[in-house]
Amino acid sequence: MATTFLPPRHEDDAASVEPRQLTTTRSQSDRLFRGGVSASGALVLLIMALVGIFLTIRALQALSQAGFSFITTQAWEPDGGNFGIAAVLSGTVLIALTAIFFAVPLSTGVALYISEYSPRKIRQTLISLVDLMAAVPSVVFGLWGFFFLQGQIIGLARWISTYFGWIPFFAVDGSDPDDPLSTATVFTSSTFIAGIVVALMVAPITTSVMREVFSQAPVGEREGAYALGATKWGMIRSVVLPFGRGGMIGGTMLGLGRALGETIAVFMIISPVFVFQPHILQNGTNSVSALIALRYGEATPFGTSALMAAGLALFIITLVVNFIASSIVSRSRSGAATDG
Amino acid sequence: MTASIDDLDKLASVTPDRRTTLPQRTPTPPDLKPRRIGGFRRSDVLSLVGAAIAGLGFAALLFTLLPFSGWLGFLVVAYLGFVALYAVLVSLDEDFSAVKDRLAAVMIQSLAFTLLMALVFVVTFTVIRGWEALTNINFFTQDMQNAGPLDPLTSGGILHAIAGTLIMITIALSIVIPLGVACAVYMNEMPGPFARFVRTISEAMTALPSIVAGLFIYASLILILGFDKSGLAAAMAISVMMLPIIIRASDVVLRLVPGNLKEAAYALGAGQWRTVWHVTLPTARSGLMTAIILGTARGIGETSPVLLTAGFTAALNLNPTTGPMVSLPLATFEFVKSPEPTMIARGFGTAAVLMFVVLILFIIARIIGGRGPGNLSKSQQKRRAKRSREDSQRFTKRESSRVASQEALATPSSSPRSLDFGDSS
Repeated sequence: MATTFLPPRHEDDAASVEPRQLTTTRSQSDRLFRGGVSASGALVLLIMALVGIFLTIRALQALSQAGFSFITTQAWEPDGGNFGIAAVLSGTVLIALTAIFFAVPLSTGVALYISEYSPRKIRQTLISLVDLMAAVPSVVFGLWGFFFLQGQIIGLARWISTYFGWIPFFAVDGSDPDDPLSTATVFTSSTFIAGIVVALMVAPITTSVMREVFSQAPVGEREGAYALGATKWGMIRSVVLPFGRGGMIGGTMLGLGRALGETIAVFMIISPVFVFQPHILQNGTNSVSALIALRYGEATPFGTSALMAAGLALFIITLVVNFIASSIVSRSRSGAATDG
Repeated sequence: MTASIDDLDKLASVTPDRRTTLPQRTPTPPDLKPRRIGGFRRSDVLSLVGAAIAGLGFAALLFTLLPFSGWLGFLVVAYLGFVALYAVLVSLDEDFSAVKDRLAAVMIQSLAFTLLMALVFVVTFTVIRGWEALTNINFFTQDMQNAGPLDPLTSGGILHAIAGTLIMITIALSIVIPLGVACAVYMNEMPGPFARFVRTISEAMTALPSIVAGLFIYASLILILGFDKSGLAAAMAISVMMLPIIIRASDVVLRLVPGNLKEAAYALGAGQWRTVWHVTLPTARSGLMTAIILGTARGIGETSPVLLTAGFTAALNLNPTTGPMVSLPLATFEFVKSPEPTMIARGFGTAAVLMFVVLILFIIARIIGGRGPGNLSKSQQKRRAKRSREDSQRFTKRESSRVASQEALATPSSSPRSLDFGDSS
């Protein structure tokens, strides 16, 4: 008979023998290295914490005086004690939403084109091109928006306000479609134009996140869809888009974060007003970063503190948006495929 | 089961012909070609071109008959007409899902074309508007000290802004590269709760709007500590902005270094420092370079932190610690504030130079990087193969000299002992 022979167990041994202690004695250079990199980690943490704490402390000075009215006041007269971010924050959000409205269809299209439709030969070039566009300085987009787009877009803005003016967002005060001599300047420097320019700036970022996710859609499922008789678009709708949904939302949120913090291009285009301006086609809007760029120079110490509070509010909003974005991306199925 | 062979024999005797017959091949006609399953059919191309022409014609008709105007509106109307007519044309000989497929393909391709065209247009627009300024050599060799807003483009230039940008980014990089890469190494080499905390904080800081980074330096360094507005302050603001970006990108790259390479180094007895210096960092080198260069491109192009901290000057200032200093994006911004056409041309020229710098950085990043860790370029492979050959030659030489010395020891005629391990060669 073939049975396995088990060696006799020594019961007393198991009780008396302790697990072997594993210790590492690190050499001098290793200890130096570990100390060095730990110190740099701590230093980075210190710098970051310093920025956050300093911002908060300086902002609290203004916040404690303004109290809750900081969120509801539209005017910005910190030295008169009457200041708040209702106007600038709503302007920031409207510009960012306009930007996202244009950027998301554009970047979805480009991402799908690069990952699904483009010829394999030019795919790498297109990817590089999109990455390069993400690195184009914002001042360049600002120049283009101010000197070119502004003049071209007025016709479109006028058309939208004439035919869709009954929607409150598209109404423009002071424009009369029946009066051919009515001035076009009510359509300049608007949320709409700033939003389009910012859309061009965030589209490359959103595109590269989406493309990355789309190209990771599993080959087996793609071929399965084709085998069941799907057309290319059918395959994209049933495999690629559901797979990449997390990446699409995450990329959009990342773009939104960038759009909220965008300064110089917005600052060049808008004409700042300190009232809540829901009419996106109408001249005059504002954003938190443009407010800081506009008012930092003449600000008194208390005014600087008020600007800090506005900056802190913007930072918190971007932080929340980015945090939601990264948690969506990492929790979605699309993120799981990256750990190979 | 028993008499199977007999049965078969009986069957065979019944069938008249016992040999296998080959089916008659129909002779292939000489002009038969294999069916194409990819590519375009003639009807695809015809319907696409036909719809495009019809769409243009439709728009032209509308714009002549009705009071429409503007090229943007014309393009939109023409495009809508094209899409509608294309759908009709395809639906003549395809079913509904094929029509949807074609429409989706057309729309996706036109969206991609739109974005790429818009981005290319932004770039060429800047270069064309700035061309007037760029063609004057003094634009690169002079500063704006002796050139007023009314002076022609033949005097004055942006040397001060170019120098300022280079000085600021050099200072910022000399802070950010060591600190950022060391922090990324820390997060990867010494994982733990504290490292996770550092990672979370630095990822959160990537959300810091650049103007807030500028405001922080402005309020702390300039207002409270009393420094001047200077190149150094601007470099600090750029560093605060770039640091989280570089840390995050380096962290991702370092995480991609294969664990078995590191384990092989440990197994050969290397310490942690040796492993990081000789294995981890060289493996991730191209990725790290890419991360740093792309971060640099972001830092160079950023206007708002510099706007708050650097001040503005028209003169060349090479000293970052005192006096205001100007960078390329800030100079662009200040130039185009002026209503004078020459100043605006200078602004566009400056923006074009800035884009050129970013492009150069980007190309360098593509040449160095773009490959995953461990993937070597042709020349790197050659170099590595050469080094390996040299090593093997050294080993054989050492081996042979050891054998020779042992033989020399073994022979009774004792010559002075010489141990040559070949290390000196």
